[in-house]
Amino acid sequence: MARKLKMRIWRGDADTGALQDVTVEANEGEVVLDVIHRVQATQMGDLAVRWNCKAGKCGSCSMEINGKPRLACMTQVASYGDEETITVTPLRAFPVIKDLVTDVSFNYKKAMEIPSYEPPANLKPGEARMQQVDVERSQEFRKCIECFLCQNTCHVVRDHEENKKSFAGPRFFIRIAELDMHPLDILKNRKQKAQEEHGLGMCNITKCCTEVCPEHIRITDNAIIPMKERVVDVKYDPLRWLGTKIRKREGIV
Amino acid sequence: MSGVFSPTRAKIKERTLRTDKWWLQPAITFGVLISFVIYATFRAFENKYYFAEPLVSPFYSPCLSTSCVEGASLFGQPFNNQYFGIGISPALFILIFPLGFRMTCYYYRKAYYRAFWMSPPACAVAEPHTKYTGETRAPLILQNGHRWFFYFGLIFNVLLTYDAILAFRDAEGHWGHVSVGTLVLLLNATLLWLYSMSCHTCRHTLGGRLKHFSKHPVRYKLWSWVSVLNHKHPTFAWISLFGVAFADIYVRNVASGAWTNFYFF
Repeated sequence: MARKLKMRIWRGDADTGALQDVTVEANEGEVVLDVIHRVQATQMGDLAVRWNCKAGKCGSCSMEINGKPRLACMTQVASYGDEETITVTPLRAFPVIKDLVTDVSFNYKKAMEIPSYEPPANLKPGEARMQQVDVERSQEFRKCIECFLCQNTCHVVRDHEENKKSFAGPRFFIRIAELDMHPLDILKNRKQKAQEEHGLGMCNITKCCTEVCPEHIRITDNAIIPMKERVVDVKYDPLRWLGTKIRKREGIV
Repeated sequence: MSGVFSPTRAKIKERTLRTDKWWLQPAITFGVLISFVIYATFRAFENKYYFAEPLVSPFYSPCLSTSCVEGASLFGQPFNNQYFGIGISPALFILIFPLGFRMTCYYYRKAYYRAFWMSPPACAVAEPHTKYTGETRAPLILQNGHRWFFYFGLIFNVLLTYDAILAFRDAEGHWGHVSVGTLVLLLNATLLWLYSMSCHTCRHTLGGRLKHFSKHPVRYKLWSWVSVLNHKHPTFAWISLFGVAFADIYVRNVASGAWTNFYFF
């Protein structure tokens, strides 16, 4: 059954902007992206919004709905009360371009800074073999759709613009963890780089990245904390360091 | 102007537009943790009512000072009861270890960074601080010592389990008896083991640090089991905290004579 939905949509650019009130029809089963499209079609023809798959798999329609970072295509209108006003703003950790569209190029720069997968030199194409248990571990991290909701909600950069230089963010900590846990990756200083160049030590484990992840990746428990423990292995645990010098064991690095 | 109020970000004057009760969880966490800290501080300095044969409070076990009451010191009394003319409660010699384990715990870090330091108070709620360096410098870099407190914590778990076993005696030292105090100490030890075994450091130590699970099937299996427990780590962190407090409250009341330790048999 259709209902009149009250919304506040942020409109503006890098210089100025404000929340604008709008009332729009919402039908049963619709998501926030649907009603934004109806607003665009009927009332605000020049409203800028980024979207693509409408299935929660492309990560394009990331925005903040009632202050929470979410995918607009996966947020049911029915999850809000009949009298509730839905407030929609662009991601607040990134520079705004127009209306609900932000410049997320920070993330692509950080992606380029992560050292890529490095297999053994003598491993020829088609020869790589992995056991299922080793594949499963990193499979969780491969579910990432790069919506950057985790990057947006992480207070290290959201609340401190100056930290963007030295902090890669949770999305790239799962990338680093995936590679560091990869049985065939031989790059040795990934842990040190994570700590010294990508800002792993700045994370204080408040788990907001995990809370907002639409793919339910356990970013903190399965990637960030394991990486922090691996950093402790190589930087803050003298006994462990001594053990690796005395008795090198394959598979435990 | 920094953070969400930076010049390039969307011009929104509110620190957050969240409409839910985002402040409730940190407020509850603050209330519960501060209550525990006040109670634990009071008990650590009280220096009495911690032993009622065969029960000993977890705050005072092992009791290692010359001021410990008779029967409470199972491992000798290597410490004096005062240094530099200042009387020191036996609890103060040992509490740094369980306290350090909880303070550096990955779950409690989340809880108190949010509730006490408001860094951030909740997700997508702007924090009040102008600068942030995380755990990269002193004193927070010491959080990396969590594994050392984990190892010490295991020793304490063994000692408190031993205390629970000794509680299968009556007040005269005869074995084969079970009282309410026995169950309280047993529950406390069980909860502490669950909290320790679900710890992220435990998970890492048992198998998480491996690159090849397939080459270490036993450690992989251990890692898998601990991973199941690890899902519940926050729950175990809270209920084990309540367990310790309740065990101490019970022993205190029995030792002070306010309660009678009822024996089932």
